[in-house]
Amino acid sequence: MTYDVVVIGAGPAGMSAAIQLRKAGIAVAAVDEQAAPGGQIWRGVERNAGPVSAALGADYQKGATLVEAFRDSGAEYLPATQVWQIEEGWNLFLTSEGKARRIKARAVLLANGAQERPVPFPGWTLPGVMTVGAAQILLKSGGMLPEGEVWIAGAGPLPLLYATQVLGLEGRIAGFLDTSKRPGLAALSSLPGAWRDIPGLLKGVRWLWDLKRSGRMVRGFSDLHAEGEGRLQHLQWRAGNEQRKVRADVLLVHEGVVPRIHETMALGCVHDWNSDQNYFSARLDQWGETSRPGLFVAGDAGGIGGWLAATLSGEIAALGIARYLGGSPDADSLRREAGLDERLSRARALRPFLDALYPPPAEHLADEVVVCRCEEVTAGQIRAVAKVSAPDPNAVKAATRCGMGPCQGRQCGYTVQALVAEVHGLPLADVSFFNIRPPLKPVTLGEIAALGDLEEA
Amino acid sequence: MFKSVHDKPGKASDMTVFVNGAETAAWNGETVASVLLRAPGAERRSTVSGEPRLPYCQMGVCFECLVIVDGVASTQGCLVPVAPGMRIESQHGPREISK
Repeated sequence: MTYDVVVIGAGPAGMSAAIQLRKAGIAVAAVDEQAAPGGQIWRGVERNAGPVSAALGADYQKGATLVEAFRDSGAEYLPATQVWQIEEGWNLFLTSEGKARRIKARAVLLANGAQERPVPFPGWTLPGVMTVGAAQILLKSGGMLPEGEVWIAGAGPLPLLYATQVLGLEGRIAGFLDTSKRPGLAALSSLPGAWRDIPGLLKGVRWLWDLKRSGRMVRGFSDLHAEGEGRLQHLQWRAGNEQRKVRADVLLVHEGVVPRIHETMALGCVHDWNSDQNYFSARLDQWGETSRPGLFVAGDAGGIGGWLAATLSGEIAALGIARYLGGSPDADSLRREAGLDERLSRARALRPFLDALYPPPAEHLADEVVVCRCEEVTAGQIRAVAKVSAPDPNAVKAATRCGMGPCQGRQCGYTVQALVAEVHGLPLADVSFFNIRPPLKPVTLGEIAALGDLEEA
Repeated sequence: MFKSVHDKPGKASDMTVFVNGAETAAWNGETVASVLLRAPGAERRSTVSGEPRLPYCQMGVCFECLVIVDGVASTQGCLVPVAPGMRIESQHGPREISK
């Protein structure tokens, strides 16, 4: 099958782009891992109603309109489908229901969003420890609320929003371990820009207020440990000179989100280091095009900006793709008439303030902590290899199998980079990421073999 | 560890699935990885040390939810919605060649 454009991801950016591309009469396929459109932010938006939808809030409900427009757009929607290889030209290899196939496109838009930043600490692999984003997905998917002694540890807007949603459904949060730093000069100096989004700021204040009313707030602690026999049972931390211990059944952690970069890394696109939030993202031109002609990125995959910025960058990328394909000589004027740049800059107004308020954590990692969850490689093993090799995460990977498990470095990549930088006394920006190799997702030999038969037929 | 807000006394669940052979109530819209957090003894064993593990990210990036679904091993449970009668089995260690 050949399309003009294949969009990867059916969240805010991917859906907005697909709708816009269809308006220009362009043939689009939208591939998504999930069974229904909406991305993580609007997961289950077509199904959720009543108290769950009410608790998820107004920003969540806004997704329903866009999902409906996407369904009606005429884009060919391929749900529950994984993309495991992308080749310039463009060939995309997909698997759904255990069957692999290849589709072709003249241009590709990556709108596959973000993932939560993995932050290892002692006990983070215990059953009962998971991310705040994971818990929120459970709430959106089957109306799941955490039970027992529920603790949240982390920083950023998501833990506050999630806690508010849980409380709105009469759930309980035992306590919140706030890892954010007191607002420093950097955060305060970006406040004037943030005032352009007063409703956004007020939301944050209200979330914090709700959380403080419901459970214990812990600030200024260190050395968080999750402990238990076979599952989480206790949390320990140090506050000043005192060691604290509480019972815990569920610990939800969150230290911000980072773009998904495996696809652009595998394709050798030029990336830049974001030193405010410590992540790589593909370098994009004003239309969202990467250093590989015909490969575009929109939404959080190109740098964290949130859902509203994602919809706008999706529309801009759609105009850019139409321009690239030669079908829209008036892309510039359409962009101006729709006021896309002003709206995008307003949607991003709060971002510098949030980035400065919630810097990525930089606590020292003890040698015994598991960094690579798949291959179970510890910080100590990584440091030992880093000391005797070049400052390159790939040397660590070759020597320890760190990053070679099924997640392919999605959980350990940035931690390995930070440990290599630490050992060699280098700034993070001077250490690269793992080399990302195909396939992007595990695929069976059987799937690949069946693909060969198809090609010959 | 988790309970659905739809789970109320006297109200039937949307469907039944089987986790390691045990009948388990499940709800429309949830995934296999979500059920694993409610079913007792549904931990998988990690491939190196054999530690118990449960789903961590729920968004397809951590692979802690690898599970055998209707006989297919190494399935990412967080990407598969539940279906009535689905057979979910814990995967201990790496996938076997035959599954």
